[in-house]
Amino acid sequence: MGILEVKNVNKRFGGLQALGDVNLSVAENSVHAIIGPNGAGKSTLLNVLIGKLIPDTGSVMFQGQSVLGRKPYEINQMGISRVFQTPEIFGDLSVLENMMIPIFARRDGVFRMHAYENSSNEREIVDQAETMLENLGLAEQRHDHSASMSRGNKRRLEIGMCLAQEPKLLLLDEPTAGMARADTNNTIDLLKQISDERDITIAIIEHDMHVVFSLAERITVLAQGSPLVEDTPENIKGHPKVREAYLGESA
Amino acid sequence: MFGLNKKDGLLFLVVIAITLLAPFLLNPFPEGSGMAQFNAGYPDLLQRFAIYGIFAIGFNILFGLTGYLSFGHAAFLGVGSYAAVWMFKLFTYNVVPAIAFAVIIAAIFSVLIGYISLRRSGIYFAILTLAFAQMSFALAYSVLSNPKFNLTNGETGLQVYSNDLQMFHRTGLPDMPHIFGLSVRASYELELGGWSFTFNVGYYLCALIMLIAFYFAIRLFRSPFGMMLRAIKSNNTRMTYTGLNAKPYALAAFVISGMYAGLAGGLLAAMDPLAGAERMFWTASGEVVLMTILGGAGTLIGPVLGAGLIKYMENIVSKINDNVLHQWFAFLPDGMEDAVVALIHPFVGKGWHLTLGMIFVLVVIFLPGGLVEGGQRIARLFRGKKAREAEKSSQSNPAE
Amino acid sequence: MDVILLQILNGLDKGSAYALIALGLTLIFGTLGVVNFAHGALFMIGAFCAVTLQKFLSLSHTVIDESQTDFLGNPLKVEMRYIEDWFGPEIGGGIVEWSVPLSVLFAIPVMVAVGVAMERGLIKHFYHRPHADQILVTFGLAIVLQEIIKYFFGANPIPTPAPAALAGSIDLGVMIGFEVNEIVYPLWRMVYFAFAAVIIGAVFAFLQFTTFGMVVRAGMADRETVGLLGINIDRRFTIMFGIAAAVAGLAGVMYTPINPPNYHMGMDFLVLSFVVVVVGGMGSLPGAVLAGFLLGILESFASTTWATTTIPGINQVIIYLVAIVVLLTRPRGLMGRKGVMED
Repeated sequence: MGILEVKNVNKRFGGLQALGDVNLSVAENSVHAIIGPNGAGKSTLLNVLIGKLIPDTGSVMFQGQSVLGRKPYEINQMGISRVFQTPEIFGDLSVLENMMIPIFARRDGVFRMHAYENSSNEREIVDQAETMLENLGLAEQRHDHSASMSRGNKRRLEIGMCLAQEPKLLLLDEPTAGMARADTNNTIDLLKQISDERDITIAIIEHDMHVVFSLAERITVLAQGSPLVEDTPENIKGHPKVREAYLGESA
Repeated sequence: MFGLNKKDGLLFLVVIAITLLAPFLLNPFPEGSGMAQFNAGYPDLLQRFAIYGIFAIGFNILFGLTGYLSFGHAAFLGVGSYAAVWMFKLFTYNVVPAIAFAVIIAAIFSVLIGYISLRRSGIYFAILTLAFAQMSFALAYSVLSNPKFNLTNGETGLQVYSNDLQMFHRTGLPDMPHIFGLSVRASYELELGGWSFTFNVGYYLCALIMLIAFYFAIRLFRSPFGMMLRAIKSNNTRMTYTGLNAKPYALAAFVISGMYAGLAGGLLAAMDPLAGAERMFWTASGEVVLMTILGGAGTLIGPVLGAGLIKYMENIVSKINDNVLHQWFAFLPDGMEDAVVALIHPFVGKGWHLTLGMIFVLVVIFLPGGLVEGGQRIARLFRGKKAREAEKSSQSNPAE
Repeated sequence: MDVILLQILNGLDKGSAYALIALGLTLIFGTLGVVNFAHGALFMIGAFCAVTLQKFLSLSHTVIDESQTDFLGNPLKVEMRYIEDWFGPEIGGGIVEWSVPLSVLFAIPVMVAVGVAMERGLIKHFYHRPHADQILVTFGLAIVLQEIIKYFFGANPIPTPAPAALAGSIDLGVMIGFEVNEIVYPLWRMVYFAFAAVIIGAVFAFLQFTTFGMVVRAGMADRETVGLLGINIDRRFTIMFGIAAAVAGLAGVMYTPINPPNYHMGMDFLVLSFVVVVVGGMGSLPGAVLAGFLLGILESFASTTWATTTIPGINQVIIYLVAIVVLLTRPRGLMGRKGVMED
């Protein structure tokens, strides 16, 4: 029984079968990659997992609880964090404040009216945020506007913000899209380090095979909305069906 | 200091000093001198500075922090005024229960309106709040003033009549709003040389409440709650995917700012026991938007400055007429004098709204941070080269 | 039956004005993505085009008329309009009398110029700023424009009558089989409705059947793609702004005999026109027109004695109530496209 169990999920948009009978099991503390050519249904699947879309049939269970029909923030509070294709951070806030918000969210839940505390006096939270920033190598920029950072650093910050909530499952949507090689490698190293050091499951949707094969322990290949194969990276590389559907053109 | 950091504490002290000394500071010209008409230190205007300061501080909590642009905040101001006058009519001229009641009623209204309006964001939110405010105006102006159920007294405005119930009114208490017997109109006049200063009970009541309101706003800005509100403005998506529900945060901000508006409305009625529907008209909502933007939305002191500037212009610039202009430019040769006066004429006196509109447009275009940003830019000019270079290096990191 | 018909007719003139203003607002929002709070001011400027032309045509000089005497027996001084000097009292007087319809010709170039100047001079710079900034700057502009008008024309409403031939009422009821005097309708309102219908038809035909219109419609659907095709969409949008300004202006010109114009009439109509746009659906032209007439008629029904005695003041709040209900139950409006500013 994996931490995330997707069973018989179907989703249609008008005449288009976006997802057809998707079954997927992500094992706890593994790094699981979902790959597939454009239009294979990767983004639709991701949107189902985070509560943005509700499938027509099927179930999505996280740690034995259904996520379907819950609001995105509720799903997040269950322990699923999401990293976006383009980094979503609080651009108007300082780097340190960016880091403090998820820590408050972990402490206080979806809403708390703490209008009379002084955020900079919350030593404990500031300390935690600063430690996180140090680990990410962003300590020097902590008083900068986060919008002024480089794309690679924004990505680091976003991943760090997700980790600050101590999620059980980290979902990444093409985390290196549009990045320079050096930034990509940095991100790969960061993710490796995270998966080694923490009790965390990582599910990653990715286009870049270099990223996939450096990180994943298991890979699911989606094609036309349905899983084609699921196996270890070694076996996927040599799989004839995958080569035909996907790697043939791209690798 | 007061649980504030050094910078905020200093700012608060400066605001306290200015507020308490305002009757001196705003009366710099001796009585009877040509410039005396620019004195703003008379009670009526001082009260307005403080009251509209409160209104703008409250509006800024919503707009400055969360970015939700409400075009209907005057509704809460009006509701507050009506609530206060009803307290006068039914119970007592004491302003304390009246103001408290005004805040409570405004809070109830803002929960209702906020709950519905906040189901949408952006322009829809602006139009929804505008629609609610216009509806409130129509209700107050005509619907709720019918003979069977006269809650607002329509066009005449709600006021206190001698045959009103006034349950707790006693002989010996002033026949106008008072604080436990001390009339808000009571003043102490100080003659000093050519100058005359008026210290008015009503003003100091408003000033005290404004200082409390300002203090609470600083605390709120610096609190985790304030940080969450700024996070909503900055990136609602990330907010949601960080496990935070933006709705109750925004609603809380909306209600707090509605209560500030109600407080301001209650104080307006406390200074002059009268409430009219025109206080709710959407131009009044537009005015508080102007104040906040002009001073600097999202800054602490901006809205107070903006409110002060607009009320000053409304009362002082609108009094400048051609005679005054001719006096000023009498030193010029005749033809030139007339030309200059003709040139300035459209912008002063009755035309002060034109000046206001133009300043506003220019501020939105060139100074989105308002007067506060303007001040900061000027301060930056005077700072050393080093500071400027530091600025440059932090700006030259492009966003992407 | 006759009551219902009468109320529908009564709603038509306001509905026409709402529809015309909302049409322009939607055009601007759909093409440029800008929320224009100064659109009411354009309506108002249009109305003052009519006032200006009327004043201009009425310019006069004093002459001594020997045929008339005052009470002292002296010859009477009368104001003589230049235009009557030039064309004779018959034609000259006619021109003055028909000044409102004539203003349409005068208003078109003026309004297009005002619109283009506004877009190039100010609004262009706000395409990429947040909607809140667009609202604020156009709101400021609206204040400036109405104050300028107030400076030149004063604060009081200025009567601008319709030509005598179109000023009376007609008994519509008799024509369709009702009793005499059951449905009496002011003639000018009929004219206004017909005029609005023509303008709306012209705008739709223009968008439907010309290449220019096709590009604009494509731009409304997807601004970026059309930009990629190498079409100079910005210039076309400028022209579109000019057209939207002209539509609002003409609505204002022809409205003057119904309500004497004053400097804040634009703002009064703007708030309601926004509500109309929202009810019709942001970015939907047919929606704007439909909602304009619907709300105009609804307002007229709510103004009947029956309605106002049942719920006092319902006529004042009905439009806002409808807007609130629509926004909450169907945020994209009656005919709005899915995904256009739905949040």
